Amino acid sequence: MNSWVLTLQVAMAAGVTLVFAALGEVIAERAGVLNLGVEGMMLMGAVTGFMAMNSTGSLAVGVLVALAAGAGMGLLHALLTVSLRASQIVAGLALTIFGTGLSAYIGRNVVGTPAEHSFNSISIPGLHDIPWLGPILFEQNLLVYVCYGLVAAAWIVLFRLRLGLHLRAVGESAGTADAMGVGVVVMRYGAVATGGALAGLAGAYLSLAVSPGWSEGMTAGRGWIAIGLVIFARWSPLGALAGGFLFGFMEALNFEAQAIGITISADLLSMLPYLFTILAVVVAAVAGGRRLGAPAGLGIPYDREQR
Amino acid sequence: MSTRVGPLVLERRALPSPRVMGAVRGGAVFLGLLVGAVVLLAGSYPVIGSYKTMVSNAFGSGDAFAETLVSAAPLILTGLAVAVAARMLLWNIGAEGQLYMGATFATACALTFPGWPRPLLLALMVAAGLFGGAFWALGPGFLRARLGVNEIVTTLMLNFVAIAWVSYLVHGTWRDPEIQFPISKEFTTSATLPSLFGTRLHVGLFLALAAAAFIWLMLRQTRWGYEIRVIGESQSAARYAGMPTQRNIVLVMLLSGALAGLAGMGEVSGIVHHIEPNISPNYGYTGIIVATLGRFSASGVVIAAVLFGGLQVGGFALQTADVPVPPSIVQVLQGAILFIAVGAEVLARFRIGWHKPPSGEREAIGGVEP
Repeated sequence: MNSWVLTLQVAMAAGVTLVFAALGEVIAERAGVLNLGVEGMMLMGAVTGFMAMNSTGSLAVGVLVALAAGAGMGLLHALLTVSLRASQIVAGLALTIFGTGLSAYIGRNVVGTPAEHSFNSISIPGLHDIPWLGPILFEQNLLVYVCYGLVAAAWIVLFRLRLGLHLRAVGESAGTADAMGVGVVVMRYGAVATGGALAGLAGAYLSLAVSPGWSEGMTAGRGWIAIGLVIFARWSPLGALAGGFLFGFMEALNFEAQAIGITISADLLSMLPYLFTILAVVVAAVAGGRRLGAPAGLGIPYDREQR
Repeated sequence: MSTRVGPLVLERRALPSPRVMGAVRGGAVFLGLLVGAVVLLAGSYPVIGSYKTMVSNAFGSGDAFAETLVSAAPLILTGLAVAVAARMLLWNIGAEGQLYMGATFATACALTFPGWPRPLLLALMVAAGLFGGAFWALGPGFLRARLGVNEIVTTLMLNFVAIAWVSYLVHGTWRDPEIQFPISKEFTTSATLPSLFGTRLHVGLFLALAAAAFIWLMLRQTRWGYEIRVIGESQSAARYAGMPTQRNIVLVMLLSGALAGLAGMGEVSGIVHHIEPNISPNYGYTGIIVATLGRFSASGVVIAAVLFGGLQVGGFALQTADVPVPPSIVQVLQGAILFIAVGAEVLARFRIGWHKPPSGEREAIGGVEP
């Protein structure tokens, strides 16, 4: 196989974890709730998903547990920020610190334990024969295909269904949405929990597909990159897919460079995704003016009394 | 004038109650420790024994308290860094990276001029630490002021870059070839901050306290401090009064970064005496918790820093306790305390009562039954 096709195939596989996490954050932020706890939710998803899979022998159970763990963390964030009206920034940071600590604590005895099962590559008959695109898009593991489906579903829900219209209304102007009869609290809880579940899935993708197993802090800052990616994606599911792929490409380049013996330091290469996130955020700011298409109500707790 | 949350009714207070605010923070620490107790129980670790170990290793003796202050010194500085920015509604999540950059610049001086007289070299290293941290915060400050780029994302991303940069340096240029691990050469005596009372406690604590006093005075007594507070309260009021908001954003970010950079200088010069990629056990991130619990005031930050210094030291001591507990319990406790503190602030901002059944309400409103 052409080496570039191989690199892009790795890029897609590496990027999917960012797509899951960024997609979840897009949904939460579209409802007006910033959740900086993505890293913590991903780590909880990664560790619980891995441990559930190893103790039951079922990948499906692992994924479900990771979804539940992420959603649970998301609900905690919603409780604090939606019901108790705490600062979304501080609550999100608390979630990341808590999740980082708790995941390390829960997984203390399974560090380095080999995975009994992992998601293996499945070629989609017919489609994977397409030159170039086939191997890149359709010789991947099951969760990558799930990712395509979720991106499409999220786009349809957000921009083509009444539910999405209501969710975006809550994020743009909670007071107006409330006056329309949309349940602001329910919408926000739902969006943040969904975002959490997707972050949990992003973590499980790492611990069940990319590098099966668990190690402390194995997300290595990807949760934070996902948050930057949301701005780059302009709060759109399709943007999250494109951005995730782009960042996956950078990660893949890192492997590629080492494989062909390019003598750039691994430390310098590891800076690239972070520097590129900054660049992406700056470009988005310059191109989009100050508002960037961010939901107008992002970060503002809703209080009916203060409408 | 009230909103319902489940069976409860929240009634907004005209002003947050400071008395309740103080009680909330104390209560948050207590409840956080309760959450920790549940987590310890779930892992079948001894709760009382573990907490006893933590307290005695953090506050139980002079030497223990000295260790707590060793951790408190950088936390005061990173806490101040976060607090001073937060006063202007800027979120500097990048204190960790600024700390590493301060350490890097200070190390550069220590390795370049190892033979300088101690006071001179230390003064240069302090300046370099301040500069390094400020340098690392300049970009995010400038981007926020001129282009409106979210400083949370930029400061945070630069943390990873700074740590990778230190790793790059100690794998190459600065590597001490005589040591198996990638760390820099050991500093000469003139590059190390004097220690106190024969403990690991060092002069860096005084630098941190001096910085706290400086910030306290600056916010309270100077025109600049006044501008920062006004901009934090209301951007539009500040603009109306002709205050230079954009310039102040950059200046405050520089100050914030400099404080965190000084923490890095203190760590390499006072504690580790060389540089490597893990000189900080998340002091930058913990600074965010310290600043929040300290209500973004200089005095509050100092108190919270001593508490969290103790938590750090006590938590690490658990690893070598009779029944060793994983050090990740520290982060669990930190996260839980922060959660509860921000969640419980609702108590200070609202009066909370039970929702009364409808019949009672009718009575209260009309008082007349047909």
